[in-house]
Amino acid sequence: MSTQQAGSNLKTLYTRNRHIWRLVIVMLAWIVFMALTKFNKFYTLINFQTMASQFPEFGLMALGVMLCMITGGIDLSAVSIANLSAILMGFLLKSIAQADGSLPFYAIPLMFALGMVLGAVLGAFNGLLVSKAHIPPILATLGTSELFTGIAIVFTNGNAVSKLPVQYALSINNKIGGLVPVQLLIFIAMALFIWVLLSRTTYGTKIYLLGTNAEAARFSGLKNDRLLIKTYMISGVCAALGGLIMLANYNSARANYGSVYVLQCVLIVVLGGVSPLGGRGRISGVVLAIFLLRMLETGINRFPQISSYYISLIWGSVLILVMVLDYFTERRHPFRKRRS
Amino acid sequence: MRRNEPYIFLVVLALCVLIEIRSGQFFTANNLTDIASAMIVPGLFAVGAFMVIVSGGIDVSFPALASLTSYATTKYLLDTGYTGGIWLPIVISLALGALLGAFNGIFIGYFSLPALIVTLGTSSVFKGVMQGALNSVQLAVIPPGMREFGTSSLFVATNSISGLTSRMPVAFLALLIVNGLAFLMLRYSYFGRGIYAIGGNETSAVRAGFNTKRGKFFLYVIVGMIASLAGLIRTCMMQQNHPTNMLGMEMNIIAGVVLGGTAIKGGAGSLSGAALGTLLIVIVENSMILLGIPTIWKSVFTGALIIIGTGVSAFQVLRANRITKNRIAWKEMSKA
Repeated sequence: MSTQQAGSNLKTLYTRNRHIWRLVIVMLAWIVFMALTKFNKFYTLINFQTMASQFPEFGLMALGVMLCMITGGIDLSAVSIANLSAILMGFLLKSIAQADGSLPFYAIPLMFALGMVLGAVLGAFNGLLVSKAHIPPILATLGTSELFTGIAIVFTNGNAVSKLPVQYALSINNKIGGLVPVQLLIFIAMALFIWVLLSRTTYGTKIYLLGTNAEAARFSGLKNDRLLIKTYMISGVCAALGGLIMLANYNSARANYGSVYVLQCVLIVVLGGVSPLGGRGRISGVVLAIFLLRMLETGINRFPQISSYYISLIWGSVLILVMVLDYFTERRHPFRKRRS
Repeated sequence: MRRNEPYIFLVVLALCVLIEIRSGQFFTANNLTDIASAMIVPGLFAVGAFMVIVSGGIDVSFPALASLTSYATTKYLLDTGYTGGIWLPIVISLALGALLGAFNGIFIGYFSLPALIVTLGTSSVFKGVMQGALNSVQLAVIPPGMREFGTSSLFVATNSISGLTSRMPVAFLALLIVNGLAFLMLRYSYFGRGIYAIGGNETSAVRAGFNTKRGKFFLYVIVGMIASLAGLIRTCMMQQNHPTNMLGMEMNIIAGVVLGGTAIKGGAGSLSGAALGTLLIVIVENSMILLGIPTIWKSVFTGALIIIGTGVSAFQVLRANRITKNRIAWKEMSKA
């Protein structure tokens, strides 16, 4: 590597770390604040276990959205992919359950495998629209989000899929060694997988280049279309896993579950230091932002006098505040439109 | 740039004929009046969405903005026991709309932040203010002036066969006036041409001497005002204020505007095309019952329409680029 490149690496390392430091400071402040005000209600093992079983739902979706945003796109259909997979897998579960409600040994692995395949297929459809049909990612995924939700409504007639075999919810809500929730393990596995992809494989390097400058990536011989399809497929798989966890957490599935997660995922990813224009961002920041958001929400819920409707006010303000902070702290405007 | 309106007009016409053949109820006076009346609120929203998209941005906050301003206006007037005409409510909601639009405009114009993410954020803020701070509930009664405005009609159309009647609300005039003003502004004013210039190429617009930051700011102010007017009219027409039932409309409106041939990357498109695209969506939504399609299919249809519409629009951009490239190459060749 040339010295020039090493120098710029150092610089980007610094700016990237600034996002992470900011998150760490906010999180520490919140931890101290909660310790001072509601120590007994917040610092319990069960509270942390509950948080760890809840955040993988949207945490997984946010990981997928992060990958899309690194390529300069966005995935607004994650929640609808999650719901559609949860609904179809719910049907599958009901159909393979035996008469007494117990599941054959292969049921849960089969469900996860099929769910991930379904997520990949739906994600590939997004990828095709973005790459081959040249539809801007925002609109393509908005359209498919409406379409997938529509299909889910048609399948269920708008009702919830419930009365699932309890064995599924029990095994996902299980705690390994009585301590670690299964949902957390699924999240960790996926986060590790994406971390390896981004930092240890050429795929990672390629999508950063694609996000920085698609034209340059094309002239460097990258197959942009294939990369985009792959990225949206991984995002679809993440979303489907999130959907399967939602299915276990609520023990039911419905076309309109988790609609707040659309905004929340974008918020997490931007908060985690990923540039909405692509090419920049690290998974550590995003994971920190996921933890922070869950802790903030759980913390706020410990104050019964605050209406839960304020949460959407807080999320929106935090999102805008973070971007304005970036505007003032970075010498060059981080979000200025680069027009080719 | 090729004009898109003839195609979309033909599609609308074909759809109308199809529905007429299936149901025999489409080209009746009352059905056409119903569609015109259903077009008022989406049509107003579409004018705002169109201007934002032409400027190269996107706005997903207008339903939340309209819900908040119409709720705040109605609630305030109810609390003060207002009994006057429609003008004060219009002035109040326009002022509120301008204020909230300015909120969008500051971040998108002066801070150059991405429009999608800013408006996602502000729509969440507006919702939070309405449901959290204002503690919104459904208002079953609205001030008499607004009720009167909502129920007064230009004419009443009667179906000669079934005897069903439909009113054409006075509010339809608002749609015509706003469309007319927007048309004049976009075509003849410096500001309006500037909006196209920003969407075409922002750097060029700056170099040409247009103040893009101020231009974008005022654009979002105007769009906020149009959206708040639409919200107020919807409240008047429904005779009640339901705080959350406008939320989620943004997708269909944007789909309609893009279907009407507006380039999603900005810089190209026409107001008449946007209106035709919106009309197409309104007809599809209103005629599903006439066609005998269960309403659970609605989202599937809208989603498919968005994808097809944006796909066609993207394809046209691609073809336009290719044609200009070919022309340049042809000129180079003929020079040599």
